[in-house]
This record gives sequence, C-alpha cells and structure tokens, in this order.
Amino acid sequence: MPDPRLSLRGVTKSFGDVQVLRGIDMDIAPGEMVCLIGASGSGKSTLLRCMNGLEPVDDGAVRLDDVDIAEPGFDLGPIRRRIGIVFQSFNLFPHMTAYDNVALAPRRVLGEDARERIEALFARFGLADHMRKYPDQLSGGQQQRVAVIRALAMRPQTMLLDEITSALDPELVGEVLDVLRRLRDDGMTMVLATHEMAFAREVADRVVFMDQGVVAEEGVPERIFSAPERERTRRFLASVLR
Amino acid sequence: MIAGVSTCVALALVVVLVPLAPGWDAVRASFFDGEVFVRVFPDLLRAFTLDVAIFAWSVPMIFALGLAIALARGNTNPALFPLRIFGAVYVDLFRGIPVVLLVYLVGFGIPGLGLPRPWNSPYIWGTVALVLTYSAYVAEVLRSGIESIHASQRNAAICLGLSERDTMRYVILPQAIRRVVPANMNMLVALQKDVALLSFIGPVEILRQAGIFKSLLANFTPYVAAAVIFLCITVPATRYADYLMNRDRDARS
Ligand SMILES: Nc1ncnc2c1ncn2[C@@H]1O[C@H](COP(=O)(O)OP(=O)(O)OP(=O)(O)O)[C@@H](O)[C@H]1O
Ligand SMILES: [Mg+2]
Repeated sequence: MPDPRLSLRGVTKSFGDVQVLRGIDMDIAPGEMVCLIGASGSGKSTLLRCMNGLEPVDDGAVRLDDVDIAEPGFDLGPIRRRIGIVFQSFNLFPHMTAYDNVALAPRRVLGEDARERIEALFARFGLADHMRKYPDQLSGGQQQRVAVIRALAMRPQTMLLDEITSALDPELVGEVLDVLRRLRDDGMTMVLATHEMAFAREVADRVVFMDQGVVAEEGVPERIFSAPERERTRRFLASVLR
Repeated sequence: MIAGVSTCVALALVVVLVPLAPGWDAVRASFFDGEVFVRVFPDLLRAFTLDVAIFAWSVPMIFALGLAIALARGNTNPALFPLRIFGAVYVDLFRGIPVVLLVYLVGFGIPGLGLPRPWNSPYIWGTVALVLTYSAYVAEVLRSGIESIHASQRNAAICLGLSERDTMRYVILPQAIRRVVPANMNMLVALQKDVALLSFIGPVEILRQAGIFKSLLANFTPYVAAAVIFLCITVPATRYADYLMNRDRDARS
C-alpha cells in the first residue's frame, strides 16, 4: 500500500459523558473510496468531522499526508482547502446564486476568479442552466450537486461525504450517486458515510462498518456484504437489507 | 363583514358619546380648531424637515456603530475578550437610560464643558445622544440576527477554507441583516419619533415649533397638527415593517 493520504490513530472523541469515538485507527490510500456504514449514532458523522478538524479530537492523531492536523493550535485553514466536505443538508448559502456559492471560496481563499473552471464543473454535472438560480429554486438533488461542485472548486485531494443522499427524495438519489461514480473514476480519494448499501457494494474499494464508536469490521465490499465475520456486522446488515 | 359592522358601531359610539362629555366644547375649541390647524400646518411641516434631517444623518451612524458593537459582543476570540465586555457594558448602559435623560445629559452636559463654537451645538450633541441609545438597540437586534443563522452555515463556510472574517462578512452577516430588517424598521419608526426629544435642548424642530405656536395662539391645536404629521410618516412605515415581518414568517414556514 502506498503512503496513506489520511491516517487516523487512536482517535477518541466525547460529547459530555458520552464517548462517541472510542479509538479509531484507519488508513485511506490516495484514490481510495471508503464507505462508512453503521447504525445511526455509531459515530460516522463525528468521524468525518474529525477528519477535517471541524470537530477537535480528544486524543489520537489525524495525519493528512503525514502532517498531524489534530495537534492543538494547528492552523487548519490550508488543510481545509485540501479536504472537501459535503453534508447531508447541503448547507448552501441561501442568499447567493448557485454560481456565487461555488465562486466565493476560490475568490476569497485562492484569490482566483475561477470562472471557466467553475462553469466547466457546472456543465460536467448537468447544471449549466442552473448557475444563476438561488438554492431555493433548485431541487434537492440539484442543490446537493451544487454543494459537491462547491467543494470541488477548491481542488481538494480528498472528499468527505456525509450521507449526502439521505435528505433526498428517492428519485433524486440516482443523480447524486452518479456524480460520486464520476469522481471515483477521476481517482478522487473519498470517504463516504452512507445508508445506500447497494451503492456502497457497487463502488467502494473498502467498506468500514462502525459500531458504537469503533471500527467493528472492514474489508472489500464483496466480503463484508456476503461473508461478514462478526456477529454484529451480520445483525446490522440483516436489519438494513431486510 | 362582521368586522366592518362592528367597526362602524364602535366609530358611531365614539362620535356620539365623546361630544356628550361635559368638557367637550372646551376641548374642541382648544385642540381641534380648524383655522389654527390650517394656519400652523405649513410652518410645522417646514420644521418637520429638521426632524427628518436629524433622522437622516443619525441613521448611518447608528447602523455603523450598532454593527461594530454587535461584532464586538459576538467575537469569540479570547484575545479580544475586553471588546466583548465593552460591547456588553455599552449595550446595558445605553439601553438602560431613558432616551430623554440621555438627551439632557449629553445635550446640556457636554456643551457645558465650554467647547468652542461649532462644537457646542445642540444639534451635534443631541444627535450623539440618539446615536448612543439607538446603536445599543440596533446592536442587540443585529446580534440576535447573527445568532439566528444556523451553525451549519458557518461550518460550511469554514470547511471551504474561508477565514472567520470572510465567513462573517459574506455568509453570516448578509443573511442576518436581511432577517432583522423588520425589527430595524420598527426601530427607525421609534427613532423618528424620538428626534422630537431634541426640542428640549434647543433645535426648533416640529415639537418646539408647535410649542411656540401654542404659546402664541393660546391653543393646543398645533400639537394635534404635529401629531398628524408624525402619523403620516409612522403609520405607513410600521405597516410596511409588519408586511415584511409577515412575509418573512410565511417564507420560513
Ligand atoms: N455536537 C454534539 N453534541 C452532543 N452529542 C453529539 C454531537 N454530535 C453528535 N453527538 C452524538 O454522538 C453520537 C454519534 O453521532 P454521529 O452523528 O456521529 O452518528 P452517525 O453515525 O453519523 O449517525 P447517523 O447515521 O444518524 O447520521 C450520537 O449519539 C449523537 O447524539
Ligand atoms: Mg451522521
């Protein structure tokens, strides 16, 4: 395995008395697509938020290209440009057009007027006609694609995606998953928390099953889904696959 | 329909009953004298332009200062903690003193220091008193607006690599300011009325002008005329603020 892009060692995180992450070790290789699965409350979102420093960890190391970003006082600004994150609830800026949502960070942070690049991104993901619309004029699927474009416009090396299809009507899920397939084909490093088991099985290089704040089992999707070793993995899969 | 009928009944009662009061004739003569009304109205309107002028130059200062205080109070940087304290004290202090008292204290007190000529003007210090009071209110309104923006907006901006400052400027503030437009409209209506308090320290604005006419003509109608002029401004403005408030509420539900 080449040097990992992202490497976690012994990461713990508590909210009050509740320990949500209880010692996570994880390596993510460049270009790898990792799907996090697990019951609600198992810590998937918290883990993703710790990976880009949005949530400070209590203990342990989060290394991005061998730099520990979990050190107290570490300047996270430059790191965040290299890690894109997309949330379940889109979190577009409602007072800006789709285009301005995307253009703001490149302009303010990178100091570039990335117009052509941004227009190309909109075109690529089928939104060329919607650049001038405001978020509330777009469907959920379109909004979520804008959110992905917004993250991509910063040219991240890694994308963290937190259940980005969970807030969508079923018929809109497909268009967002298509975007992820294309990113994967581009070789983007991705960590994706998802409840879309069929999708995880189809695209993931590796599936990580989280349970109560630990990695309970991981492996290639084929094995996790057809021959899970641990009892709790089996129980979880039985409950979601019915 | 029912509303219309009951309104007419209520109105009829007022029109019939009030004139039955024993003092009505005297009151009508001294408060509702048509001739006096017509005579003083143009001059009062002219005096009112001074109220509008004081209002107009106070507003930008109020909003600039209010924004600065709101940001000072809202900052979370430990190194800037003193600013936070300052903001809190400022808001408590100037919201806690009645406007009229501040107008007296600042309007008489500071020129009383014996300042040289343009600097002893009651216009300046009266305006300062209004700006101090109203910027404290506006600061609180803005702060509530800033706090009403969901944390996920800030997170999204920070995750894109935007600085705290850019996040506030491009993401939080534009939304917060929009959200508190109705509250600020109501504030402006109150300010327009409170400009009249400056009459106590000198400027011949509408209330003072009405007082002069009252003494001159020994009649209170000028005050009624002044009230009418205020209503012409404040009623449409309040209605507009209500309209904005309802529209916002509908848009959010
Ligand atoms: N900011 C917070 N403050 C307090 N508790 C929190 C906070 N964020 C998460 N938690 C708690 O941490 C636990 C793990 O939450 P997390 O969102 O990481 O789970 P998840 O696996 O993403 O679940 P889901 O599938 O529902 O999204 C939950 O019990 C949650 O209530
Ligand atoms: Mg989650």
